[in-house]
Amino acid sequence: MSLDSMNPALVEKHFKVIGTRVARPDGVDKVTGRARYGADAAMPGQLVGLVLRSPHAHAQIVKIDISKAVKLAGVKAVITSADFPDHTQGDRGMMDILENCMARGKALYDGHAVAAVAAIDAATARKALKLINVTYKILPHVTDVDEALQIHAPVLHPHIYTEGLSEKPTAASNWNKHGEYGHGDVDAGFKEADMVISRSYKTEQTHQGYIEPHSALASVSPDGSAEMFVCTQGHFVYRNQCATLLGLDANKLRVTASEIGGGFGGKTHVWAEPLALALSRKANRPVKLTMSREEVFRCTGPTSSTSIDVKIGAKKDGTITAAWAELRYQGGCFPSNWAELGAMTAFACYDLKNVKTVSKDAVVNRPKTAAYRAPSAPMAAFAVENTIDEVAKAIGMDPIDFRIKNAAKQGTKSSYGPVYGPIGIGPTLEAAKNHPHMKAPLGKNMGRGMACGFWFNFGGQTCVDVNVTPDGNVTIAQGTIDVGGSRASIAMAVAEELGVTYNQVRSIIADTSSLGHNDMTDGSRGTFSTSKAAIFAARNAITVLRDRAAKIWEIPASEVEWRDGAAHAKGVNHGNRTPLSLKEIAAQAGQTGGPIAGHAETVADNAGVSFATHIADVETDPETGRSLIKRYTVIQDAGKAMHPSYVEGQYQGGAAQGIGWALNEEYVYGKDGRLQNAAFLDYRIPVCSDLPFIDTQILEIPNPNHPYGVRGVGETSIVPPLAAVSIAVTNATGVRQTHIPMSPPRVLKSLKTKKK
Amino acid sequence: MSDTHIIHLWGALRPLVGGALFLTVKATTIRGLFRTLVELHPGMEAHIKRGVAVSIGGKIYRDQWDTPLPECAEIYLLPRVPGG
Repeated sequence: MSLDSMNPALVEKHFKVIGTRVARPDGVDKVTGRARYGADAAMPGQLVGLVLRSPHAHAQIVKIDISKAVKLAGVKAVITSADFPDHTQGDRGMMDILENCMARGKALYDGHAVAAVAAIDAATARKALKLINVTYKILPHVTDVDEALQIHAPVLHPHIYTEGLSEKPTAASNWNKHGEYGHGDVDAGFKEADMVISRSYKTEQTHQGYIEPHSALASVSPDGSAEMFVCTQGHFVYRNQCATLLGLDANKLRVTASEIGGGFGGKTHVWAEPLALALSRKANRPVKLTMSREEVFRCTGPTSSTSIDVKIGAKKDGTITAAWAELRYQGGCFPSNWAELGAMTAFACYDLKNVKTVSKDAVVNRPKTAAYRAPSAPMAAFAVENTIDEVAKAIGMDPIDFRIKNAAKQGTKSSYGPVYGPIGIGPTLEAAKNHPHMKAPLGKNMGRGMACGFWFNFGGQTCVDVNVTPDGNVTIAQGTIDVGGSRASIAMAVAEELGVTYNQVRSIIADTSSLGHNDMTDGSRGTFSTSKAAIFAARNAITVLRDRAAKIWEIPASEVEWRDGAAHAKGVNHGNRTPLSLKEIAAQAGQTGGPIAGHAETVADNAGVSFATHIADVETDPETGRSLIKRYTVIQDAGKAMHPSYVEGQYQGGAAQGIGWALNEEYVYGKDGRLQNAAFLDYRIPVCSDLPFIDTQILEIPNPNHPYGVRGVGETSIVPPLAAVSIAVTNATGVRQTHIPMSPPRVLKSLKTKKK
Repeated sequence: MSDTHIIHLWGALRPLVGGALFLTVKATTIRGLFRTLVELHPGMEAHIKRGVAVSIGGKIYRDQWDTPLPECAEIYLLPRVPGG
């Protein structure tokens, strides 16, 4: 592919399909209940799978007696870790995944799987679980990140020695990784400052809160072939991981992805899927394993809770002279690098001469954390943006002007190392400053906050098939899961390239045996990378179409061009021919060489980083501590918005989740290390009555790394809300809010502290 | 054209090379860079297997190991960032 064809400045700018708001292809099915989600699948003779989970936060598994359960009529299989021999070949990361799916010797958190059964119905399976006798030796536990890093904390794993230190520690600990980023001399920078502010912040653990629980229907044949229907953000990755963990050949495990009722990073890891496959293999029957909501909360992957210290110094003229932060994140019971990501993103919005971030990743007795939409960045932004706000006010400068003065720009050395190319933080800040929202009057007990956010975005491996049907329509097989409307966007891209209408093109999510490997839909890559591959696949199909037209006309293919959905003969000898439409060429496919198709595979590296600025108006009741969002605006660069409604949906969805995180959502653990609120009644995500209409402003600054200038938009919108909302509550109450979520009791407590 | 590059390391890699902030490495592509790093510093291998991204002139590459390393380009090794 030539460089010119990748440059949006040099390709088609007058889109006919891209940028319109076409009907979504899955809309009717989803609103009428026809769409098939994970739990909707069925196979003849399928069994019900259920999992027995540890009631202890940390316990040695002394013995598991399954003898009574296996004798129960209707039970077809009972599995424990003994049914998962080690196929990981020394890969510690894969072993952690396996151990998380089924405890091996120790239960590491409340809800850790210790055994599973497959039975003819749910009642029998539940009875069987009660007949499994597990003997535990309870161990001391730790669930708080700061406590886990204490020298006398109970140690979860004897093999974890802090990575990233100049000298290997002499003892195992829960501090699994140390990291440092930055440049310049922060000590000298703080000496230059006229004002230095230091603050400590905490954020509690939250769950992605997707509505659809995890579900997998697995069927393993005695000949070693297997299939699985599953709800996931990445069926190829699930295929690869499950094959490795169970010792299957990847080509014999065919995974079909269901529709997905939300993922947001939580469906990028396998949890119950290896268990469903292992049960099916043992029972020689299909097994469906669907998690309950309680299991989703207790046993899948929420995001980290954190503890963060920030120090920022600035001159009276508004120049930041130094910035420092230490970020401590817990990753659940297995090693992670979430704090390291927080350290990379913390100051990424700013142009800083002296900056340093230190990260400390820790393991605790909680479930293994998973990605959650721009993982780690929202918590870091919460801490940094609040301190930025406080410094600006301390030197008497408007916080938005302070941010504009210090905003990163092209040529800025980022806080995580590389120098930025063209970036969009400046335009989002200017748009915020000029937005009517910033000038709107505030009512009683109200405050306004604004904040910035950064996320990396990435591309990854993708392949796409474009097939022309005999009637002249087009089907697309894509391998990235559609979590936010990518089937529409991909069909739009192919329609744009072929010069046909959107309604002539339909995209489906192909199973793992139908396409080459595709990375999962994460990192804001789904539409960015898949549309790139689809555009290239369509261009390859056009090459075939030109060749077929040339055969029909009996002229050289070089004398045929493709435009407006038809082949046109060109040149002095052939220019008067009537164009051949896609339909006409497709009708003669059998006589000109067979089926007409285009394929492309890409590694869409260099996706380009992403920035956003949010504005929040909050009313906080001083009597109850309850905060209500009264107005909210998201401003973000989308590159080119392929389907503006979907882009707006991503902006609104990220903001809504961030608002829930900021105000109410929180994992509450008891002193016994058990989760106290594993249900939506007690874990409160925002509902419609909690939210205003979330206004959006899409900036379109073309991304030079995509043929249409598209930029990933799925994650950045969750980065600023924690900060924007907390700054608004701070302004409403006069008390700096340093602990997320700002639930009514926590806000009231902060107000009482102020009165004292 | 010089194929010698200054490779900046993120904090977690520095202990593997005696605390250095950067290394001088001869390589023409990301693949060659990784090969040379493992030869010179075997402790790097585990990190590279786990996932290392390379920022070349501010553009971040995670997978395309045949990407050339241009002369005088600013090169950073970074953790391979997961997404949600």
